[in-house]
Amino acid sequence: MPQAIQHFDLPVVVDQDKCIEGCRVCVEVCPLDALAINPDTRKAYMARDECWYCTPCQVDCPANAVTVKIPYLLR
Amino acid sequence: MELHAEILVIGGGSAGSVAAIKAKEAMPDRTIMLLEKANIRRSGAITMGMDGLNNAVMPGHAEPEDYVKEITLANDGIVNQRALLRYAQSSAEMVSELDSWGVKFQKTSTGEFDMKKVHHNGRYVLPMPEGYDLKKILCRKIRRVGVRVENRIMATRLLLDSGRVAGAMGFNTRTGEFVVIRAKAVILSCGACGRLGLPASGYLYGTYEMPTNAGDGYSMAFHAGAELTNLECFQINPLIKDYNGPACAYVAGPFGGHTVNAQGHRFIQCDYWSGQMMMEFYRELNSGKGPVYLKMNHLADETISEIERIMHTTERPSRGQFHAGRGKSYRTDMVEMHISEIGLCSGHSASGVWTNENGETTVPGLYAAGDMASIPHNYLLGAFTFGKICAQHAVEYAKRVSEPMVDPAQVESERDRVLRPLSQPGGFPHHQVEYKLRRMVNDYLQPPKLTTRMEIGLEHFIRAKADLNDMGARDPHELMRAMEVHFIRDCAEMAARASLNRTESRWGLYHFRVEYPVSDNTNWFVHQNLRRKADGTIEFIKRPVAPYVVPLEKGERDSYGRLRIEAPAAVAEAV
Repeated sequence: MPQAIQHFDLPVVVDQDKCIEGCRVCVEVCPLDALAINPDTRKAYMARDECWYCTPCQVDCPANAVTVKIPYLLR
Repeated sequence: MELHAEILVIGGGSAGSVAAIKAKEAMPDRTIMLLEKANIRRSGAITMGMDGLNNAVMPGHAEPEDYVKEITLANDGIVNQRALLRYAQSSAEMVSELDSWGVKFQKTSTGEFDMKKVHHNGRYVLPMPEGYDLKKILCRKIRRVGVRVENRIMATRLLLDSGRVAGAMGFNTRTGEFVVIRAKAVILSCGACGRLGLPASGYLYGTYEMPTNAGDGYSMAFHAGAELTNLECFQINPLIKDYNGPACAYVAGPFGGHTVNAQGHRFIQCDYWSGQMMMEFYRELNSGKGPVYLKMNHLADETISEIERIMHTTERPSRGQFHAGRGKSYRTDMVEMHISEIGLCSGHSASGVWTNENGETTVPGLYAAGDMASIPHNYLLGAFTFGKICAQHAVEYAKRVSEPMVDPAQVESERDRVLRPLSQPGGFPHHQVEYKLRRMVNDYLQPPKLTTRMEIGLEHFIRAKADLNDMGARDPHELMRAMEVHFIRDCAEMAARASLNRTESRWGLYHFRVEYPVSDNTNWFVHQNLRRKADGTIEFIKRPVAPYVVPLEKGERDSYGRLRIEAPAAVAEAV
C-alpha cells in the first residue's frame, strides 16, 4: 500500500532543550505508549497521535519538559 | 516466550492491582503474575487518580441493605442482590485498607470519613481531594508484596483445558514476541469497552473511558465461552461537551453546583448517573430548553477555587486547560454538557461478564472484577473490593486444582491470528478500520434504538470481520491497536445482538427501543445472558432475577422513575 505523509498538530510537546538524555519516564508512564525516544538525540517526542490528554507524561517529567495540549479536534 | 503463574491477573488497573496484591499476600511462596499492556505505573482507568469514591457504604452513614436497595432501584430491578450485598458489606473494610496503604480520603475535624450525599436516597460519596497519587500507592504496594509484574504484554485470548481456564496468550507490544502463560486461575480486570462509540469530536482516543480499555476482557471471556450479561444496557454519560470528561456534579454537588438547562433551571432532582437520569438529560437536551449545563457560577469565589483545586489535579486534570482555551471560567460561565458516546461498562451501568458474589464467571477458574464484570454501578471502590473478593476465591480454587495442560493447537491457531497483521504491513491501517467501525456503532446503535437500524448495523459489524483480517501492522505498537479493533468489533456485534433480542425498553436511555417503549416485566424481568457456542454462533439465556435478599417496600419501587422536577419555570416565576 502506498504511504502518504500527513501533518498533524500533536497534543504532547517535549521541550528538547529541557528533556534529559537517557531518561524514559514519560515514555513508560504514557498509558497509550504514544511517546518514544529519538535514537539520534536520545530525547523524547510524541510518536503517535494517540492521546487521552491525561497528563502523567507532564506531571511525572523530572525536568518539566513535557506539555500536554488538548488535542486540536477537541480544543 | 512461555511463562507460568499460579494465578494470572490480566490488567493492572484498579481491580487488577488489588487482586494481585491480595492473591500474593495469601500465597507468598507462589508466582502471582500481573499482566499489563502498558505500564502499571499509570495504566488503567484512573491514571491520574480519582477525586472521590462514589459508593462507599460506611458504618454510621449507610447500611449495606440501604445501598443494595439504592442500586436495585437505579438499575431498574435487574440485579443480583447477593453480589451487591457482598460488596456493600465489604467496601468499608476496603476503604480502611486503602487508608492504611496511604490513600488520602477527606476526613472531618474529628478524623471520621467525610461522607457526602449525591445518590437519590442515601449518602455514599467519600471525597479524595488528594486522590492524584492513587496509582503510585498501588504500584508501591504491588512491588512490596512481590507480585511478578509483566508490563507491555497484551493478552488476546484465554487458554482452555477441558472447559476450565488454563492461562492466556498474547504478545509483547514493544517486541512483538508471542507469549503463552500457563496459570491455574485467571482474574480478568481489563476495564470497560470504552472505544465502542466514536466521540462527537471524531478523535478516536477522545473517549470518556481510558481508551486503552477497548473491551479486551469482554472479548476474551466471550471467546472462552463465558456468559456475558445485559450488553444492551449501554454506558452513556453526561459529560463536558468535546472534552468528554465528567462534568463532575459529584464533586461540585456537595459544594452547591448542579445540572441545569439553558434557562438556568434545574430539571432533575438528583445528579447520580442512572439510565433514568440520562433519559431526562436526553429529553432536556433535545427539548427547546437545551443544551444542558453544570452550573457553578452562583458559588462564592473561594468555593470555586476549592472545586478547581480538586478537579484540575485528579481524574481528568487537563479540563482546566480545556476551559481556559475556550475562554470559559466556572466563575462566569456554565459548563456546556453533552451525552457521551456509547460504551460497555458495568462500573457505571450493568453490562459485563457475568459474575456472582464470589467474582466467579461461568468458566471454572476464570474470575472477573471491575468495569468489565457484571456487578452494576460498581465504580472504583467496587473494582478494588471485587478485586479482593476475586483474589480470595481464586486462591482457594488454585489450591484445590491440579496444573492445567496447555493445548498446542490453541497456541498455534492464536499465534497465526495475532501475528498476521505484521506479516502484511501494507494492509488496512488500524486507525482507518477502527474509525469506520466506530462510526457505524454511532450511526446504528445509539439510542433511541430502532430495530431496522440495528439490523443494518449488525450486518456492517459482521462484514467488518473481513477488513479486520486484512489489517496491517508495521510494528508491534500498531499490532496492539489492530488487535484492540478485534475486541471492539466483538463488543459491537454483541451489543447489537443483545439490543435486538431484548424486546422492551429498560434502564432509561441505556436501552430505549422505539418500537417497544415500555418495560415488559412479564417477559423481560430477567438478566439477558449470551455466550458463544462451540460452532461460533451466539446463544441467549434468560437468567431469572434471584429472589431479593433486601425486599423493596411499596412506594420505593419507582423512586428513580420520578427524577424529573416538574414545571421548574412556574416555580421560579412564583419565587
